[in-house]
Amino acid sequence: MLTKRIIACLDVDNGRVVKGVQFLNLQDAGDPAALAKAHSESGADEIVLLDISAAHQRRATLLDTVRRAAAQLFIPFTVGGGIRTLEEAVAVFSAGADKISVNSAALADPTVITRIAARFGSQAVVVAIDAKRRPDLLHWEAFSHGGRTSSDRDAVEWAREAESRGAGEILLTSMDRDGTALGFDCELTRTVADAVRIPVIASGGAGGAQHFVDVFGEGHADAALAASIFHYGFSRIADLKQELGSQGIPVRWPC
Amino acid sequence: MIAIVDYGAGNLVSVKKALDWLDQDCAITSDPSTVAKASKIVLPGVGHFAATVALARSGLQDAIAGAIGRGVPFLGICVGMQWMFERSQESPETPGLAVFPGECERFPAKVKSPHVGWNQLEVDESSRLFHDVSASPFVYFTHSFRVPVGKATTACCDYGGSFSAAVEQDDLFGVQFHPEKSGEIGLKLLANFCTL
Repeated sequence: MLTKRIIACLDVDNGRVVKGVQFLNLQDAGDPAALAKAHSESGADEIVLLDISAAHQRRATLLDTVRRAAAQLFIPFTVGGGIRTLEEAVAVFSAGADKISVNSAALADPTVITRIAARFGSQAVVVAIDAKRRPDLLHWEAFSHGGRTSSDRDAVEWAREAESRGAGEILLTSMDRDGTALGFDCELTRTVADAVRIPVIASGGAGGAQHFVDVFGEGHADAALAASIFHYGFSRIADLKQELGSQGIPVRWPC
Repeated sequence: MIAIVDYGAGNLVSVKKALDWLDQDCAITSDPSTVAKASKIVLPGVGHFAATVALARSGLQDAIAGAIGRGVPFLGICVGMQWMFERSQESPETPGLAVFPGECERFPAKVKSPHVGWNQLEVDESSRLFHDVSASPFVYFTHSFRVPVGKATTACCDYGGSFSAAVEQDDLFGVQFHPEKSGEIGLKLLANFCTL
């Protein structure tokens, strides 16, 4: 049976992981390469590295970071953050990424999805959608530039368009839940997951094992991504997976 | 030297990286004469089956067929495995290498496609590729078409029904999943191939 994926996310600023981390036996807990490997060894099914550096710093550090992380990573590795053109994507793939994640660039020019997919395959293109509930509470709007800029586009419609343009997966972050530890937005996740045929990765709000159970069940998510919970909430992702397995969620085990 | 065949489709860095990690002498190449001299051949494939037409046009197909004829071990990954069959519903006009009989088919409409993620295999214990690997390992897939279970199948996977996750016959090997992305188990498979 196809398992539900647990994805560890590293937010990287100027070559360093920004959210605090508490891995044991890690000499440099801020080093993305060391953390990616530690997450992989502790049971992550996939690693996502999101570069949140200011644009002028990004070029200098990102490729080196990706290269160092990829060299010792043998599970799927997605890199995102500020990738705007096919040429930039080519450089990130050459450094060792398996998939790239695009957000603002795709909203600004959706043909970038098709261009990258034509060269590397749809499986290599993740469209990240930062979604915020509209005041009517019935719809969600997609935001760009790290949640700072309104796109005035409906998140569900945008997910459908991204799929039709060649996206292989949707990485869906609830801006309302992100950082709250109140649980994933299952309603948002289910609405998008039911609207597309490609896998949907739920993100934003993970605070405990039950939240994962909920988003895989009620939320129809194919995968769930979290950052800080894996640094603080669980010493090992394997512990989370064991809990999910005991609640009947199919997970890769042993991992 | 292990030749990692580049026919202009997709990203070969991951496969190279995994073989480097295993300390193998390997090179990414699109040169038929390099492929013809290789001690082993790996054909990674991503994307559309139609892109494999470049193999025939570039002379790589003849080099691969010649090497296989001399008993050089060959491993096809993902679309690289599908290409070892006669054809695919993805691009019916593009002929495969046809070292195995049969056609790659779509997933049934009842399941989401592509099939993306970690799924479990049932492995035939006679497989050389899976030597010293557990009988039901998890591996990473990402694909929209699949090879039906047949005589050469050595590992099955269930997604909308059973399909071939791996095929093997003499020194010909194909895997639908990505060993280079399947953690320790995937590295073990690649190591097994390298030490044939």
